[in-house]
Amino acid sequence: MTKWLEEHMPKLVLAPSFIIVLIFVYGFIGWTAWVSLTRSRLLPKYEIDGFIQYDRLFSSPRWETAFSNLFVFGFLFIVIAMILGLTLAILLDQNIRTEGAIRTIYLYPMALSMIVTGTAWKWILNPGLGLEATVRGWGFENFTFNWLVDPDMAIYTVVIAAIWQSSGFVMALFLAGLRSVDQEIIRAAQIDGIPTWRVYTAIIIPAMAPIFLSAFIVLSHLAIKSFDLVIALTGGGPGYATDLPATYMYTMAFSRGDIGQAASSAMIMMMVVFAIVVPYLYSELRVKDD
Amino acid sequence: MASILEINNLFKSYGSVEILKDINVAIEQGDFLVLVGPSGCGKSTLLNCIAGLEPITKGTLSIGGQDMTHVSPKDRDIAMVFQSYALYPTMTVAKNITFGMKVRGVDQATQDEKLKHVATQLQIEPLLNRKPGQLSGGQRQRVAMGRALVRDPKLFLFDEPLSNLDAKLRVEMRTEIKALHQRLGASMVYVTHDQIEAMTLATKIVVMKGGVIQQMGTPSEIYNHPANLFVADFMGSPAMNLIPAKTKANGKGVQIEIERSSGAPITLIDTKNKDLPENVILGVRPEDIADATLRGGEGRQEADCLIDIVEPAGADTFAVMQLGGKHVTARLHAETAAVAGKNLNLAFDLGKVSYFAPETGERLN
Amino acid sequence: MTDMSYSPPRSGNRTVKIALRWTLYIMLGLFALFYLMPLFVMVTTSFKSLDEIRTGDLISLPREVTFEAWRTAWSGACTGIQCEGVRPFFWNSVLIAIPAVLLSTLIGALNGYVVAQWRFRGANLFFALMLFGCFIPFQVVLLPMARMLGLMGLAGTIPGLIFVHVIYGLGFTTLFFRNYYVSIPSELTKAAKVDGAGFFRIFWSIFLPLSLPIIVVTVIWQFTQIWNDFLFGVSFSQAGTQPVTVALNNIVNSTTGVKAYNVDMAAAIIAALPTLFVYVVAGKYFVRGLTAGSVKG
Repeated sequence: MTKWLEEHMPKLVLAPSFIIVLIFVYGFIGWTAWVSLTRSRLLPKYEIDGFIQYDRLFSSPRWETAFSNLFVFGFLFIVIAMILGLTLAILLDQNIRTEGAIRTIYLYPMALSMIVTGTAWKWILNPGLGLEATVRGWGFENFTFNWLVDPDMAIYTVVIAAIWQSSGFVMALFLAGLRSVDQEIIRAAQIDGIPTWRVYTAIIIPAMAPIFLSAFIVLSHLAIKSFDLVIALTGGGPGYATDLPATYMYTMAFSRGDIGQAASSAMIMMMVVFAIVVPYLYSELRVKDD
Repeated sequence: MASILEINNLFKSYGSVEILKDINVAIEQGDFLVLVGPSGCGKSTLLNCIAGLEPITKGTLSIGGQDMTHVSPKDRDIAMVFQSYALYPTMTVAKNITFGMKVRGVDQATQDEKLKHVATQLQIEPLLNRKPGQLSGGQRQRVAMGRALVRDPKLFLFDEPLSNLDAKLRVEMRTEIKALHQRLGASMVYVTHDQIEAMTLATKIVVMKGGVIQQMGTPSEIYNHPANLFVADFMGSPAMNLIPAKTKANGKGVQIEIERSSGAPITLIDTKNKDLPENVILGVRPEDIADATLRGGEGRQEADCLIDIVEPAGADTFAVMQLGGKHVTARLHAETAAVAGKNLNLAFDLGKVSYFAPETGERLN
Repeated sequence: MTDMSYSPPRSGNRTVKIALRWTLYIMLGLFALFYLMPLFVMVTTSFKSLDEIRTGDLISLPREVTFEAWRTAWSGACTGIQCEGVRPFFWNSVLIAIPAVLLSTLIGALNGYVVAQWRFRGANLFFALMLFGCFIPFQVVLLPMARMLGLMGLAGTIPGLIFVHVIYGLGFTTLFFRNYYVSIPSELTKAAKVDGAGFFRIFWSIFLPLSLPIIVVTVIWQFTQIWNDFLFGVSFSQAGTQPVTVALNNIVNSTTGVKAYNVDMAAAIIAALPTLFVYVVAGKYFVRGLTAGSVKG
């Protein structure tokens, strides 16, 4: 008995987590997938009825807004955060004496809750009393900055706040990447008389391809999961102009009592994540096997 | 007397990959068994199987006459020294050495006494309160040895214990391990890829390749009578010369012909061997090719050879020539008259040569 | 350090170099202002009176420092029908975060130890399943989790939220410990086995003493995640058990009475203080967690 215990202890220790993951991750995904194929409304029903929820989803204008917002928001957020992060990392990589302090300043928003970030930017972008009023107070009477209440522009305020929160993190990633490049290659290039900017474009940045990939994965993951920020900053409004799939799902699940719609929109989110993360994880795990 | 270690028909596979195939090894009390082979030959896996750290797929294993096939490592009465030393980084040297006793519930007084004894023996008393991170490579090695010695086991296992040391220290520690073995009379199994370590330490060598034992024997058997081309090539430095040759029956024995790129083939007469196939690979150790003027003895055959390269190495000078399409090395005296680009009369000691079948690589004589 | 600034001075005009250096510092300074501005605005606004907010501008310092907004935010602001400030919710967050962090770290450490050091068939599959679990959008588990918590009698309770945070934190904690333990040579485990130590003995005597850095990273990561969580908090809590992030959002979006921006800002700072504190004290470990969580291997 003790020998059996001794031999199987590692498996026994892992077993609870394994069961929990099977049920609470994969079982639950299965449940949601199942329910997304039924006519569930306020309460879940379990009779499969084809893709009716997905039909409803894709004919809903609100979902259309949410889904296209995801791509507008995601694209701008990822591209700008990457460019900004890389720029900051390169600037900081020039033997800056106060690097530690500056890095701390650039990165602290990452420690904040998205709700706090949303609250702060909501106040700053408030047209009546915030930035707009301030600039007008300086004498620019015609200055308007009312994106927060403009249905066409509100999604960009979410982009601004999200970039403010996350670009420091991208900077930290890139900075670590810049410093992991083999110093001998850089010295060799310097001895060859290659100018600094060429060293970056021809040697360092290409060597950081894996970091770009990591940053992309993390940022896209953040974009798809973005929920708190929208809730705190715009509440999805004006109207539903800044809805994202995450807020759409939440509204359907907990305010509208439309479980079928909630489940099907969650599944679509899941698939978007799948499409991005699975190839990445697959390649990561494969490399390890070699 | 029962063998201290006996392995019968051992197989080990990971999934469908066979790592070890039909291993049979037995050693007596006091033997120093060295498992040697190139990396990936399965020697470390075999050692881990002996230790019980890897389960055996098929076969049996006994230590001290008791079946240990399914016994866990702690109950095998073994101690092991690892390549990376595997010292517990957060414990002091003293705690590292006594950890095993503490786990087994040995009382404090015995622990202290044994620790003191081992520390004196290995001259590591001043290090006892340090952490492994503060030790040099050689000191860590000693501590790892101490951890094994304090156990006083039936069988010591060493997994390439010297490969992380620099060349000079390695030679010193090698001598020390040999002295330790002689003093304790303990049984040891030692894994290495270094054939010099194998030759100097072992009372018995097992040469492995691809999970299969190639040859098992005393160092001199392995060196002088390699069982196949692999062993011949692997053991010895510089390696044994393996020269393609043709044989012909001759009144006194066998006539051997070796092609040369320039000039007539070399012809040598072997009077000791008979019944060789027409095509053979002739194995000659470098030290069995000598200056004709200096070496005498039975089986000696002379030939005039063009020397391509001369490599003085202090005690010896190596002369390299081209025979049978291969580089052939001769170990000559330091004061040899050999000059690159000139001919030299060399004596081949045919009393000590090996013959191998070119197709199978197996030994013929 | 790449040391690029000391590259050979081929085009070495001193004035140009100094000018470039100044430009660099000015750019870095402007970016620093961009990141600091919202915090600055939050802090100054929280010390202003409502009158001053209506008449003054965003970035001016308070003419008269008042702590009234902080007092209200802490113990008087309305989160819906309740008007007790963020205080009770702050303690809810503490009560949720501490057990959830400790439990998920402990289980993650054991899981990581097994996956990295006691490899057996299926261990890699387990790890892959875990890893993938880190990436799912939680929306996909919200509905069944709500029902499951109901079945377990944990709906709307603090233990329920602890449970949820532990489960969905396990992926990351396991990942952290696995990646840390995988770099520890397996010979250490082997040596300990030969010495007679068993599974838990090896963990306790050899691995745990080595783990302080990764424990710090994991605890900080988990604390930040759980403290800042909103989705689980808003989905699985009820009036008395909401975490501070949910309360903050309710205060800000509360429609009763006059909009008190200074109170909003004070409440936001209160909600942010614990994680900001952790960041300032242990920023190095915080960054390490962030990068470890994203760069696998």
